[in-house]
Amino acid sequence: MIRRAFPWIVAVLLLAAPALLTPYTYDLLLRIMVMAVFALSLELLVGMTGLVSLGHAAFLGIGAYSTVLLSPQYDPGNALLLLLTAAGISALYALFVGALSLRTKGVYFIMVTLAFAQMAYFVFHDTPIGRGTDGIYLVARPVAGAFDAENRTHLYYLVTGTLIGTYGLLALVRRSRFGHALAGIRVNEQRMRAVGFATYVYKLAAFVLAGALAGVAGFLLAVKDGFVNPELLSWHESGAVLLMIILGGIGHLRGAVLGAAAFVLLRELYASPDLVGPVSEHWQLALGLTIIVFVALLPKGLIGLPARLRGRR
Amino acid sequence: MSLPPDPDVLLRCQDLARRFGGLMAVDGLTLEFRRGEVHAVIGTNGAGKSTLINMLSGEIPSSGGSVWLGAQDVTTWSQPRRARAGIGRSYQRTTIFPEFSVFENCRLCAQAAHSRPFALWESADRCKVSGDIAHEALRAAGLDEAAMQPAGSLSHGGKRQLEIAMCLSTRPKVLLLDEPLAGMGAEETDRMLQVLQGLKAGHAVLLVEHDMDAVFRIAERITVMVNGTVIASDTPEAIRVHPEVQSAYLGTDE
Repeated sequence: MIRRAFPWIVAVLLLAAPALLTPYTYDLLLRIMVMAVFALSLELLVGMTGLVSLGHAAFLGIGAYSTVLLSPQYDPGNALLLLLTAAGISALYALFVGALSLRTKGVYFIMVTLAFAQMAYFVFHDTPIGRGTDGIYLVARPVAGAFDAENRTHLYYLVTGTLIGTYGLLALVRRSRFGHALAGIRVNEQRMRAVGFATYVYKLAAFVLAGALAGVAGFLLAVKDGFVNPELLSWHESGAVLLMIILGGIGHLRGAVLGAAAFVLLRELYASPDLVGPVSEHWQLALGLTIIVFVALLPKGLIGLPARLRGRR
Repeated sequence: MSLPPDPDVLLRCQDLARRFGGLMAVDGLTLEFRRGEVHAVIGTNGAGKSTLINMLSGEIPSSGGSVWLGAQDVTTWSQPRRARAGIGRSYQRTTIFPEFSVFENCRLCAQAAHSRPFALWESADRCKVSGDIAHEALRAAGLDEAAMQPAGSLSHGGKRQLEIAMCLSTRPKVLLLDEPLAGMGAEETDRMLQVLQGLKAGHAVLLVEHDMDAVFRIAERITVMVNGTVIASDTPEAIRVHPEVQSAYLGTDE
């Protein structure tokens, strides 16, 4: 019962939180929530469909860049329009990448998604479109009617609302016939074809939806930071989001959110000299070791922690 | 082949062939599968029986010849399309979804032909169309009491029955069964043969099976394959006394 109510409790707490936040915790919480949207979009592929992609950051980056590039140079853009175009352009690229990569399987799929992400990375890193390594600033944050992303409370509710919406959408997908078919493809694609599922179409639909949602996360990231750079599309970022869902527990939407929170917090902890002293200079090492320990002790991720504590495996 | 197409011939193949590299695994098969008949295909390992099922169901392409579902040439159709048009198959190795419930295994199969899979606001568990078909299939396969069990917890015989039930959930016209009796005890075999008897009336059944007692008990027609070709195709009585069959197959082991 408590486990079923958990997402609702978290949603209510998040909606009530802005009153209690300091500027530091505000930024941290926003970062966690944006990453949670990103992690949820990958969970649709990895956890629900069984497709391990190592190029998911491409869609995050494309969503973020399109938000900045399509905004007017000095005036605020329309938030709703930018959100939809970010999702749409990422979805289009996902359609292209998915249509080709889904013809391969297993480790080849991983490599092909990585290759397409690297292609996108170099487009933004090395061509005039992305203006190089330094990235681009978003001069004015977007608005829509009474909504103004320049206002911290507005921005907070935009991110919270998007996270809750993404979670709700994926929860619907999971219980729908589409979601059940994806689960069947994950367990035994051969059998699914034999009973009449055109599995390629289902996988492509999941890939495009995941790309669109990652694009939405990219939009949020660009609006939150007011800045984009090519590292958003790098394979480090693709690896990080994969680690988030592994850390949280693959196969659960809650796991993706939990994993995003754990990853962002651990990274913050190890990068703060005030808290960990000289370790902060080698935060990647500390983070890596911690993740290895987590995965070794909790093979089902943080989501499996309560069962583990109760002595069940 | 009768000249006015016989409506009871649900599936047929003409000169069907499959080459793996230099090896002709199946060579020039012409067979008919009729409604109300169990048509058994027997032969030693490597005779091309599974290859035949794989080509009829569209799992692997044929190197030559054609496959007809009723009056429709389906040779170029993909496997999912053939399945939705009425060709159902089971596998030699059990290929159920072990982590789902027995019911969900069948409901998912029934959903394959559903017209609105992407209606996200509709819960799959409450999908009435696929749920009703699944319950019906479980009843036909004698599994209705185990419906809510995880499929992985069924006995071996139960899993084989589930294979049939999943196949039936797609509402097939033709059933291609690849060794449904493999590894079964006498009692389980009896139960499965009863299930197959019950299915005859509405379906054409192709049965690939090594259990000769069972084959001769249930089949109306038996085709014997050796090295990818048919050496005899006749009633069980005629096959039993066929000299070539006896020397090539029946006489040796069993």
